[in-house]
Amino acid sequence: MFTLFLTFAKIGLFTIGGGYAMLPLIEREVVRRGWITQEEFIDLFSVAQSLPGVFAVNISIFVGYKIRRLPGAMVCALGTILPSFLIILFIALFFTRVADNEIVERVFKGIRPAVVALIAVPVITTARTLGLKGWILLIPVIAASLIWLAGFSPVWIVLAAILGGLGYTFLIGEKIKKH
Amino acid sequence: MIWLELLYVYLKIGLFGFGGGYAMLSLIQAEVVDKYGWISLQEFTDIVAISQMTPGPIGINSATYIGYTAIHNAGYSMSVSVLGSALATFAVCLPSFILVLVISYYFVRVKNNKYVEAAFVGLRPATVGLIAAAALMLMNHENFIDYKSYIIFAAAFGMTWKLKIHPILMILLAGVAGLVLYS
Repeated sequence: MFTLFLTFAKIGLFTIGGGYAMLPLIEREVVRRGWITQEEFIDLFSVAQSLPGVFAVNISIFVGYKIRRLPGAMVCALGTILPSFLIILFIALFFTRVADNEIVERVFKGIRPAVVALIAVPVITTARTLGLKGWILLIPVIAASLIWLAGFSPVWIVLAAILGGLGYTFLIGEKIKKH
Repeated sequence: MIWLELLYVYLKIGLFGFGGGYAMLSLIQAEVVDKYGWISLQEFTDIVAISQMTPGPIGINSATYIGYTAIHNAGYSMSVSVLGSALATFAVCLPSFILVLVISYYFVRVKNNKYVEAAFVGLRPATVGLIAAAALMLMNHENFIDYKSYIIFAAAFGMTWKLKIHPILMILLAGVAGLVLYS
């Protein structure tokens, strides 16, 4: 059980940039130790992707549960979370005091527009990876406009997208099949 | 009451945060910056930058940082504010924790489930919109203070997109650019 915790703490500590960056390390650690097989891991991956929340935590809960049921799930989740929790806590305690520092302020004036660029690029790359084209492109445009311009909560966008997907597949999709 | 609000907001983020880190950002920002005003837009942008450079997923990092800041700004001591960190981090994980346990316990077939697949027909394109919304919401005068900001943005955009520069290196370069340009 302690090994389980240490393994996931290591995964939590050594993956900078979050989520998908953690994946190869998780796979190597848990498959190499024989906790789960390669096929099981690929299954867990696709399931964890379909769930809301933090992907890396979700997959660690799956693996933990598979190995040691509820206590395993808790230990693995805690292991994944704890390193980043402690580091960010330290920064929260510390950063609020240096944020007014003139040099720190200058550095962050440069960083902020770059952060926006880091988020803007995946808009294009994700749209391409998903192969969005034609009228489907209206969906992200409408979703972004409703949030950005009309101030809709993203919660409504998520719910509408789920219902829209279900409606399209089972109402329109079925009709197309019949014709 | 701040503690219940924090719990409620992060449970909501944990339950509706589909599509990974960047797609969750618009939801987090809508709640903690726009609705509750726990932190400023600049501070939020700074957390995203810090998240990119420190271990762990952004969902966890933001919960830890904002949990602390929200409680601290409400007038509590530093040690009590740590509990805010713990509460928000716990809350963001709880919904999917329960979902994972239910799926594992009842052997619910999520993979190749026709309802899940159908939901994702809508969710996948919407995710792109959620990421775009996150970028657009951050593109305002608090983060873009003058023409130099636009130059940094354009350079970072080009370097990330075309040259595939690593995010950490990009942030470091932008920090140096800020240090030089704003001296």
